[in-house]
Amino acid sequence: MDIFLQQLVNGLTIGSLYALVALGYTMVYGVMKLINFAHGDLVALSAFAGLTVYTNIFADGGTSIIAVITVFMFTAAIIAVVGVLLERLAYRPLRTAPRLSAVVSALGAGLVIQNAIMLIWGPNMKIFPSDLFPSTIWDINGVVVTFTQLMILGISSVLMIALYLFINKTKMGTAIRAVAIDQDAAKLMGINVNKIIMIIFVIGSALGAVAGLFIGIYYRGITFDMGWMYGLSAFVAAIIGGIGNIPGAMFGGLMLGLFNALISGYISSAWAETFTFILLIIVLIFRPTGILGEKVAEKV
Amino acid sequence: MVDHEILLEVKKLHVGYGAIKAIKGIDLFVKKGEVVTILGANGAGKTTTLRTISGLLKSTEGSILFDKGEITNTAAHDIVSLGMSHSPEGRKVFGTLSVEENLLMGAYTLKSHDAETLAWIYKILPRLKEREKQLAGTLSGGEQQMLAIGRAIMSKPKLLILDEPSLGLAPVLVKGIFKAIKEISENGVTVLIVEQNAKAALKLADRGYVLELGKITHEGSSEELLNSKVIQEAYLGKKK
Ligand SMILES: Nc1ncnc2c1ncn2[C@@H]1O[C@H](COP(=O)(O)OP(=O)(O)OP(=O)(O)O)[C@@H](O)[C@H]1O
Ligand SMILES: [Mg+2]
Repeated sequence: MDIFLQQLVNGLTIGSLYALVALGYTMVYGVMKLINFAHGDLVALSAFAGLTVYTNIFADGGTSIIAVITVFMFTAAIIAVVGVLLERLAYRPLRTAPRLSAVVSALGAGLVIQNAIMLIWGPNMKIFPSDLFPSTIWDINGVVVTFTQLMILGISSVLMIALYLFINKTKMGTAIRAVAIDQDAAKLMGINVNKIIMIIFVIGSALGAVAGLFIGIYYRGITFDMGWMYGLSAFVAAIIGGIGNIPGAMFGGLMLGLFNALISGYISSAWAETFTFILLIIVLIFRPTGILGEKVAEKV
Repeated sequence: MVDHEILLEVKKLHVGYGAIKAIKGIDLFVKKGEVVTILGANGAGKTTTLRTISGLLKSTEGSILFDKGEITNTAAHDIVSLGMSHSPEGRKVFGTLSVEENLLMGAYTLKSHDAETLAWIYKILPRLKEREKQLAGTLSGGEQQMLAIGRAIMSKPKLLILDEPSLGLAPVLVKGIFKAIKEISENGVTVLIVEQNAKAALKLADRGYVLELGKITHEGSSEELLNSKVIQEAYLGKKK
């Protein structure tokens, strides 16, 4: 039972990070029918950029709440700008081209970002400072919960609830859903589709940036190519939840995180990736559009 | 009600899809307060003309003036703010949004939607009120068409463009749709309507144009067109 509860905590933590990253994939896919394969590399870039922001601006020690909030806000803003540039340079020129061209462009853009990280920060692993969050640990009947884990769970939940409300309850959110359904019809409502796509990239990249920073803080070691690994897991999570579906990405992320943690706890972490894909295949056999995908069939 | 001011003017318009020339130099105008119809067989270029006017397609030649301003190269979403609203062929309602959300999207260009307009839409299209919270994709074809029209007038347009509003609807529903369009027109909205149902369209309209293979071949008042032998044979199904 202890292993189970411990892996539940660990699984929800990593699952929240998957969910934050998966939202970026799913929102872009929902509106542009494009898999943004460079998204994982934005997550990695965020960890490195955050490290530099932190060590340069707050080099003289003395971590304060203000310092940590500044690192998060500033890094998220940088990554959002990079995300918007990515769309302008790599995807917009191919908006009407066959989807395969856009996919190739996405893969290329990912390589460019990855190599840029390597050129700027070097090919070796960097270690994230450990003093952003207090090292408080709670031991509840043998189940260990760290302050960092609580922060990841808390902040991810707040961000996801905020996103859900924004998409479902505001005029701008409704316009985003309208653009995802039919771009021409949305234009005829007076919706500026380019602006909506820009907003999608800002939100998706900023959420990915928060995840990247948490990955640095939680796992400490960051490498230039780690975006591929986290990106792939989050992409799988988005598909399991139903790509294009926002609650689906949240659900898929949490589910995959939990599943991985339980496999690691009861079998071996070496098997986690294998089982990830077994889970993906099983879900796709029974729900080809993902667990929450395509709830309503549209009349044509 | 019709005054002499021109609201929409299309001059020497050419539109193509790659090598295919769909519109080959057409001229047309719509005066404030009028109902004008464009008739034509399948593939004549009616939808292409409407999509070019509302900015979804770019012309290769010619110009479009709306409300005294040039809109030839204006983006579709900006044209909506100028007071033109286009209800597209095939309705194109947002299937996974509710009826109410669809209508609110129609008012996207307004700072806040106009409660009076919404109430008026619910009055002339009462079905929509009953289905307010239902997803648009679950409506019947006729209800979807009502929604498409309602959504298009939420922006309080000067010009309402309708592309085949009666397409695929049962005759009793067609009557209802035309009645609603008449009411909208009587409320001061200028209407440009494309229809397969030529008789119903000419009854409603003040004037009409006939489009054949990308060119305008006939134009005149609805009465003239209704009485024209050529039109009767080609579009009104009357034998010689
Ligand atoms: N996306 C497209 N690509 C290539 N050709 C097109 C495209 N859309 C329309 N066309 C061609 O342009 C011509 C005019 O089409 P359009 O849809 O404007 O006709 P229409 O008068 O609206 O016909 P209908 O009554 O069937 O709706 C047709 O020959 C059609 O095949
Ligand atoms: Mg047509």
